[in-house]
Amino acid sequence: MNRHLISAADLSREDAVLILDTAAELASVADRPIKKLPTLRGRTVVNLFYEDSTRTRTSFEAAAKRLSADVINFSAKGSSVAKGESLKDTALTLEAMGSDAIVVRHPASGAPRRLADWVSGRVINAGDGTHEHPTQALLDAFTMRQRLFSPGGADFSHGGLPAPHSPGPRSPLGGPPGDQRGKGLDGVRVTIVGDILHSRVARSNVLLLDTLGAEVTVVAPPTLMPYAVGTWPCKAGYDLDAELRKTDVVMMLRVQQERMSAAFFPTVREYRRRYGLDTGRMALLPEHAIVMHPGPMNRGVEIAAEVADSPRSTIVAQVTNGVTVRMAVLYLMLGGAAEDAS
Amino acid sequence: MCAMRPEPVHEPGDSQPGNLDRPDRPSQRDQGQQDWKAVLTPEEIRRALSRIAHEILERTHGGEGIVLLGIPTRGTYLARRLSARIGEFEGTPAPVGSLDVTMHRDDLRLRPARALQRTEVPPDGVDGKTVVLVDDVLFSGRTVRAALDALNDLGRPRSVQLAVLVDRGHRELPIRADYVGKNLPTAHREAVRVLLAEIDGEDSVLLGEREA
Repeated sequence: MNRHLISAADLSREDAVLILDTAAELASVADRPIKKLPTLRGRTVVNLFYEDSTRTRTSFEAAAKRLSADVINFSAKGSSVAKGESLKDTALTLEAMGSDAIVVRHPASGAPRRLADWVSGRVINAGDGTHEHPTQALLDAFTMRQRLFSPGGADFSHGGLPAPHSPGPRSPLGGPPGDQRGKGLDGVRVTIVGDILHSRVARSNVLLLDTLGAEVTVVAPPTLMPYAVGTWPCKAGYDLDAELRKTDVVMMLRVQQERMSAAFFPTVREYRRRYGLDTGRMALLPEHAIVMHPGPMNRGVEIAAEVADSPRSTIVAQVTNGVTVRMAVLYLMLGGAAEDAS
Repeated sequence: MCAMRPEPVHEPGDSQPGNLDRPDRPSQRDQGQQDWKAVLTPEEIRRALSRIAHEILERTHGGEGIVLLGIPTRGTYLARRLSARIGEFEGTPAPVGSLDVTMHRDDLRLRPARALQRTEVPPDGVDGKTVVLVDDVLFSGRTVRAALDALNDLGRPRSVQLAVLVDRGHRELPIRADYVGKNLPTAHREAVRVLLAEIDGEDSVLLGEREA
């Protein structure tokens, strides 16, 4: 694995599967009486957030604390922090205080990459502008693997059709049936719907899911489809209903009002009618398919409340998995020797 | 960091087969096989495990409330064999699981981060139970110390015992085994490898020189 985690494209398939396997093992920590491991004792993780965030920041904080790391939260909210030089100065100041890793969220695409050149510790991208959000992609991939490869889940060796339900006997030497370890997402069909243009979640997911062998389709109004989507390792479509009938996962993206500098669609009602996921549209999905949303949701815009609260929805599981996946990333980046010998 | 298959070579400070990728170790049994001397045959391993199973039953008054926890990788398979053996003798196999100690090791910072192994605790947990930790080779004792810490986070057993297939000496901590398959006097520079049919295709304990 690389020194830093800036882009989902930095991860080889081997790295990504190792992170997911490590997370699968760490998930059991949450069920234990003592939800803490001593592994990162004496390490310091700085959360450097130049943008609002609830779940990502708290998720990284919980992950670092469960591994016994010290956490310093730095929020630029309210201060008139300029870009460039001052990001550098802030980072160098934090590093002078002894930080081993900086988790950074920044409104400017590429800020974490610049930061990685300036500091000697590890840098983890927690979302930069409209560029990438790699740990979100990892937790989404983890959630897909968990839900789709669980016992009785779909069998993707048969072209993605749901397998006849055969839980099978528990293997004495392997894990439980449907064991996810070592697996990618080969053959899983994922449809990502909504504001692809502004979505760092979509970009990171497309890159990571392609690495893991999934077949990704992005669906958006033409105005919210990036110009360069043809160069992405995915298909693009404009007809949501057609895609829903043949997908294993549908991921709804938030309509990002704060990044909309122009009128990308006539009205919210119009958007909802064509690209929102309501109960009628959910009925088009194959029986085993799951509904994901990275949060925060606009209930009633891109996703109806009944869909968000349905058993198919993995929205709460995604939050839980966010902590375990970030624990895995922090452990693999900070748990070993300071400098990778290999 | 890479997810190599753990290798059963026991070196100082490395009494658990870790995921090391140091270039200085034999990666295949075939390589330099003449340097490795078999010190336990499959029959001897079988008899040693049967004796340990009997001893566990004797010491725990018929295996009441015991839980066998193997330390991955090979300790897990040995724990399963012991559980099956106890089942043959007493009618019901002992509850068995595995306990990964990676996150509790004291030498984590000496090498790149390692892949985690599986931790599986039987449904009844470890609280109030007699936990028998099972490992293949007892060497420095550092793995067992890590296992005691890991166990501490899972619950509070009534007591903890230790069963090992081979005790090769050279302890670096005040730790001893309750059940030993074979005491094997070794020099510090020597290496002990345990091969098990479940993962290596054959049962054997080998003694050889560590390559410098």
